[in-house]
Amino acid sequence: MPVIEYRLDRRSGVPTYQQIVQQTRHALRLGALQPGDRLPTAREVVERTAVNPNTVLKAYRELEREGLVAPRPGLGTFVLRSLSRPETAEDGPLRAQLTAWVDGARAAGLDREDITALMASVLDQRFETGAGPAERTALGKGEE
Amino acid sequence: MTAAMDGPFALEAKDLGKSYRSGQWALRHCDFTVPAGRICGVVGPNGAGKSTLFGLAARLFAPSEGELRVLGESVRTRATPELRARVAHVTQEKPLYRTFTVADTLRLGRELNPNWDQQTAQRVVELGELSPTDRIGALSGGQRSRVALALTLGKRAELLLLDEPFADLDPLARHELTGILLARAAEHGTTVLISSHLVSELEDVLDHVLLVQSGGVRLAGDLDELLDAHRLVSGLADAERPAGQVVEWRVTGRQATGLIRTGVPGAPAEPLPARWEATRPRLDELLLAHLRNPAGTASPTGTGGQPEPPAPGTESACPDRPSTTREAAA
Repeated sequence: MPVIEYRLDRRSGVPTYQQIVQQTRHALRLGALQPGDRLPTAREVVERTAVNPNTVLKAYRELEREGLVAPRPGLGTFVLRSLSRPETAEDGPLRAQLTAWVDGARAAGLDREDITALMASVLDQRFETGAGPAERTALGKGEE
Repeated sequence: MTAAMDGPFALEAKDLGKSYRSGQWALRHCDFTVPAGRICGVVGPNGAGKSTLFGLAARLFAPSEGELRVLGESVRTRATPELRARVAHVTQEKPLYRTFTVADTLRLGRELNPNWDQQTAQRVVELGELSPTDRIGALSGGQRSRVALALTLGKRAELLLLDEPFADLDPLARHELTGILLARAAEHGTTVLISSHLVSELEDVLDHVLLVQSGGVRLAGDLDELLDAHRLVSGLADAERPAGQVVEWRVTGRQATGLIRTGVPGAPAEPLPARWEATRPRLDELLLAHLRNPAGTASPTGTGGQPEPPAPGTESACPDRPSTTREAAA
C-alpha cells in the first residue's frame, strides 16, 4: 500500500506537477509522510492517476531540489525530512495569535471572503515574487 | 524513461503528402518530428487526415510525396518482420476475428509476437470482467476496444499508433486503461501516438501534440512549450492590443478576449501590458482557438468596442479561474 495517494484535479487551474508537489508537502506538514518513507514510484502514480510520466518525474525533481526527498537508484525515492513545525501546532503561539487576529477582524465586520482576500494581499506583499502570468500560480517562497 | 528533447525521433516527416486515387490530398506538405518516448496526441476535426497519418506510419500505404521515417527507417523501404514487431497499430475499426473467443485472440497475439506480454494483456481483459470464453462477435464496442488494447499492449512494440482507442469506452475504463498504457510506456520508453476527440481528458496524458487540420499540420511540438508560448488575454476593447500573433480575437461590448501567441515555443512568453489580464491556456482552449480560426489570423468580431454597456451574457472565451484575480483595467 503506498504511503501517499495523489488526488489530481484537472479543473483546479493548478498545474498537475504542482498539485503533486503541494500534496506531498502537505503530507510532510501533517506528518502523514515521514523521513525514510518511500514515495510511490512514477510508474505506480502514473497507473493510478493516468497522468503523463514526465509530470510525476518533474514533481519529484522539484521535491528533490527542495531537499525534501532523494532518489536511491534501484530502490525508489525516499523522504529526507519532515515539514511539520511545532510553531503551527494546535497549541502553538503563532496559531493563538492568528486566532485572536481573526476574531478581531470578525468583530470589525469582515466576513470570511474579506479576511481571505486581506490575508492573500498581505502575503503577496510580504512574499513578493515578481509574479508574471507564468509565475503567479507557481509556488512562491511563501509556501514555507 | 524521461523523454529526450531532441532525437532520436520516433517519427520524422519531411514535406509528407498522401493523395488518394480521386486526386484529393488527404495530407500535404507536412513537416514535423515526434521524439522517441513521447506520449503524443494527434488531434483535429473529422476528416483532417489523422487516420491517413497513422496508416502511413503503419505502412498500410506509401506516401505520394515527401518522406516519413518511423523509428529511423523510411516507410518506403520494405518492412522486415523485425520492423513490423516494433510498431503496433489499432485502427478505429479495431479489426478482430469475430468467431474467436477472447482467449483465442490472446493466444493468437502470443503466437504471432515473440515479445508477447501475456500478463499485461490478460490483466487488461480481466479488469473489464471479460470471460476468456466470450466470443469477440458477442462483445460490445467498448469491450472489443478493450481486447484490441490488450493485444496492442501485449505486443510490447516501441511505437503504438492508437487511432481513437477510447472512443467507445466508459470514463472509468478510459481512466484505468490510460493508466496502464502510460505505466507500460514509462517502463519501456514506448512512444505513443493517440488520436482522440476527448481533448480535455488528454491534457494530463500528453507531453507532445500534433494538430492536424485540412490535411496539414497546424501545430506540432512539446505540449508545455506550446502552452507557455500562448496567452489567453482579456481586457478593454479600446486598449492597445498586446504584441504577438493573434490566433483568435473577440470583442463583446467593451470587453475583448483572445488567444495570442506571444513567444516562439521554448522561449518564455513576453510580459503583456498591465492593462491585459493574461493566463496560460489549457490544451482544449489552445486547440479550439486554433481550429476555429483556420487561417491563423483572426479578425475582430462583435460590436467593435462601441461605447455601449457590456452585454450581460458575454460570450467570453476567458475561463473563470482562480489565477485571474488582477483587475483588467487597473
